[in-house]
Amino acid sequence: MIPAAFEYERVDSIDAALSALKKHGDDAKLLAGGHSLLPLMKLRFATPSVLIDVGRVKELSYIREEGDSIAIGALTRHHDVQHSDLLKAQVPILAHAAGQVGDQQVRHRGTIGGSVAHGDPASDLPAVLLALGGTMVIRGQTGGPREVPAADFFTGFLETALGPDELLAEIKVPKVPGAGWSFQKLTKRAQDWAIVGAAVVRNGSSAGIGLVNMGPTPLRASAAEAALAGGASIEDAAAVADQDASPSQDINASEEFRRHLARVLVRRGLEEASAAR
Amino acid sequence: MQVKVTVNGQARSNDVEPRLLLVHYLRDVLGLTGTNVGCDTSSCGACTVHLNGEAVKSCTMLAVQADGQEVLTIEGLAPSEEQMHPMQVAFRENHGLQCGFCTPGMVMAAVSLLKEIPNPTEQEVREGIEGNLCRCTGYHNIVKAILAAAGSGAK
Repeated sequence: MIPAAFEYERVDSIDAALSALKKHGDDAKLLAGGHSLLPLMKLRFATPSVLIDVGRVKELSYIREEGDSIAIGALTRHHDVQHSDLLKAQVPILAHAAGQVGDQQVRHRGTIGGSVAHGDPASDLPAVLLALGGTMVIRGQTGGPREVPAADFFTGFLETALGPDELLAEIKVPKVPGAGWSFQKLTKRAQDWAIVGAAVVRNGSSAGIGLVNMGPTPLRASAAEAALAGGASIEDAAAVADQDASPSQDINASEEFRRHLARVLVRRGLEEASAAR
Repeated sequence: MQVKVTVNGQARSNDVEPRLLLVHYLRDVLGLTGTNVGCDTSSCGACTVHLNGEAVKSCTMLAVQADGQEVLTIEGLAPSEEQMHPMQVAFRENHGLQCGFCTPGMVMAAVSLLKEIPNPTEQEVREGIEGNLCRCTGYHNIVKAILAAAGSGAK
């Protein structure tokens, strides 16, 4: 499968990427690791006329402490998130989940920012960022960076709060070193996308819960979160895990099976996150 | 556009279309047909090569993304015409293949895996090659081969 023809421009800085976006407008797409975009282009579901390759913008690849948060450059590869000692200690669910993305080859190329900016509800990391209450740091044509909470970032199927001339620069996540957590993912084959997944981060008696592949966008299990915060048991909270979801039906699962999976995986996730580690 | 790629230690320079995939560059432009195209959707791993020493799927990368980088294919793995790479030896000795289609990608993935985990457990090997599909062997002898290669100090 061969992508439709396009012009290719490689940039080496954030400013150059933003200039190129301004110049080429809506017809341009940013290329990071390419593991979401290139498959779509090979299927001709995406046919951008210009690819702006930001893959080598070094200033966007880092993992560092910033007070109570960890800041992760958008071009940090899944492999580097997975193996970061800082994340393993401070945000272990994110390091773990990054290691569940695709396979070693995919993790050597795919980036956290590319995955998040793609906005695919079947991706693992958006659900984790929702559970953590992460923040997207966006660079635009003018002014300083603007911050969008993960909960407001995913706006539609493969659509995000990113404007056409903006760039996702950084993902910020709170340090949660002692918090219980769990990442549940049901797949038919090891490397597959999740049929359904659930990310759970405990915060005292409440929890942040993100769902994978339970609707057109990555989403939170708000009803289950509210139930826990109101003192409900794990069983009772998990029973409403699919309440705000609108899962699709496809070759892997019916809508009802996905709802069932969400309830089961959230229960298992809450149990695992609540057990002593 | 012009790309300069070091492939198997040799500097190559070619004028390519931006949409040319790395695997087609290797196979059709350079004639290195050891790297196979299997699923063409970054699932099966038959197209696995090393980019700067790490396993990647060359069907999900543009040749222009490899500009200025180092690519190693199965053809460049053995130290000489006479001598196979220890991973290739291990695959032969343990009969880690049947039809052979997945083998180049499997070997390249395995070599990359041992660079990151020199002494893996069987579980780590099985998880490490999750991105490579084999329809013949049931993986048993492939896992055995990789564990044997790890034991022999292959990197």
